Amino acid sequence: MRRPALFWLLLAFTLCVAAFLVVPVGLSVLTGLTNNQFQGLSSGLTFKWVVKVWTDYQGPLWLSLGIALACLACTLLLGVPAAYVLSRTQGRWARAIEELLMLPVALPGLATGLALILAYGAVGSFRTHWSFVLVGHVLFTLPFMVRAVLAVLLSVDMRQLEEGARSLGASFAQRFFGIVLPNCKPGIVAGALMVLTLSIGEFNMSLLLHSPFTQTLPVGLADAYASLRIEVGSAYTIVFFLMIVPLLIALQVAGGRSKTP
Amino acid sequence: MSPSTDHGVRITLSRCTKHFGTQRVLEPTDLTIAAGETLVLLGPSGCGKTTTLRLIAGLEAPDSGRVQFDNEDVTALPIERRNVGMVFQSYALFPHMTVAENVAYGLKVRGMPAADRARRVDEMLEMVQIGPLAGRAITQLSGGQKQRVALARAIAPRPRVLLLDEPLTALDARLRETLRSDIDALLRSIGVTTVYVTHDQAEAMALADRIAVMDKGRIAQLGTPREIYFQPANAFVADFIGTLNRVGGQRFRPEDAELVAPQDAALAGLVTASHFLGDHQRVQLRMDGGEDIVLKLPPRALLAAGQRVGLRIHPNPLESTAC
Repeated sequence: MRRPALFWLLLAFTLCVAAFLVVPVGLSVLTGLTNNQFQGLSSGLTFKWVVKVWTDYQGPLWLSLGIALACLACTLLLGVPAAYVLSRTQGRWARAIEELLMLPVALPGLATGLALILAYGAVGSFRTHWSFVLVGHVLFTLPFMVRAVLAVLLSVDMRQLEEGARSLGASFAQRFFGIVLPNCKPGIVAGALMVLTLSIGEFNMSLLLHSPFTQTLPVGLADAYASLRIEVGSAYTIVFFLMIVPLLIALQVAGGRSKTP
Repeated sequence: MSPSTDHGVRITLSRCTKHFGTQRVLEPTDLTIAAGETLVLLGPSGCGKTTTLRLIAGLEAPDSGRVQFDNEDVTALPIERRNVGMVFQSYALFPHMTVAENVAYGLKVRGMPAADRARRVDEMLEMVQIGPLAGRAITQLSGGQKQRVALARAIAPRPRVLLLDEPLTALDARLRETLRSDIDALLRSIGVTTVYVTHDQAEAMALADRIAVMDKGRIAQLGTPREIYFQPANAFVADFIGTLNRVGGQRFRPEDAELVAPQDAALAGLVTASHFLGDHQRVQLRMDGGEDIVLKLPPRALLAAGQRVGLRIHPNPLESTAC
């Protein structure tokens, strides 16, 4: 079948846009594997930069993963009950709280970071502890968990399901863990994906909140670009990919499984 | 099947009221439902029938008044501790569980051992005739099948009271009729005290031992289906339960009159329309006095619009004086 000229035009345009977005990523990866960026590919390919990043930045790497998982735990513990309460509450106050939760997303991370330092920077050794960065991340990612779970809660008639469970004699704990949580699973998985990726990649706030002892991956990346060879910075990107992609795939698989009856 | 006519309780509402905001949805109401009885709360939407059901269930607390099961005051007892079974209009089945898991849920939260549970679930699924569907996901069921699961789930823990909130409204007409007679047989066989909410008068007539017709937050009339139909307490009840004709001070149902030759009758009028419905025909008349009436007549007589006919009303059609 002959396709109209417009089809080829649109295809070419789409490919151009896609290339525009993919090329920098590809170049960055390639640079990370090149012996000497000045001389280009003719200098040969090497893994030495990746190995260097892997050995020199063990600290930020594990710290970032640790903070992301702790952040996920916090947003689950805070966000899921919060979404549940918001879904059960009508009226202006509930809606106002929903909007307020979004504020840390709308505000520049720098502003939130500054505010946290002003308020809690002088409290004991909190400033140099990794939980200081964690607080910022939780503040920033919580609305994503709440929104995702709330959307699912509002799409199922959870009140009716709960009344059904109550009529059968289920206590609050029995129906929260037996009925509400299993039916929120798609929202929880979606929220968890957002929280993990946002926390691992968060830079604005972390730049202010980190201390020499609590450097996260993105801050380390900025550091590497600024003070070391461009090859090291690029290798950093590769390590970042290696870390985040398996995590996302694992979560997607878990999420996909929840959809089959 | 459990031949247990012993687990029904008497339900007593004493001066129960309920407001939502400033609106009073239930006027002070007294109602006694006998042990093992099937009571239907019938009325248009907003009449307070669902609120009454939810007060009995324990999903709402009355603003004033008392709810008793036999001699036990359950007014302050939440639904999860009242031991009632409930069937919802939208089924409220748990979508993440199979049919069998749904039916087992009430037994599980009561801590019944797994073997006993499985036996009771099988028994229940047989009772509502969906044994082969035990392993199905809820999303794979038709509306009628879902309602059967909901029934089995509500009955499985042997509740003291069974409450049904418009259980057939979401189903199509033919399925509604099948399920209605199945529910009737089921209620007769287990003998549990049942409160059934509907706005469908045919459903109410078919299922009820007694009907409470509700209007504007009040019980307008409480009685057997025959009493409600033949001795309506007021015009609202008479009109809500079937059609009521009024001609020259007389009130009668559409089936309580026949057509005769105009010169043989005290009352006469013109046929304005006639609808053939197979086993009967529904005929509209405009009487000489200006009243429009509807008659249910044998199907064979041929009537044309504009035809002049006489009307003979059968003696003693409605025994009420209030309409």
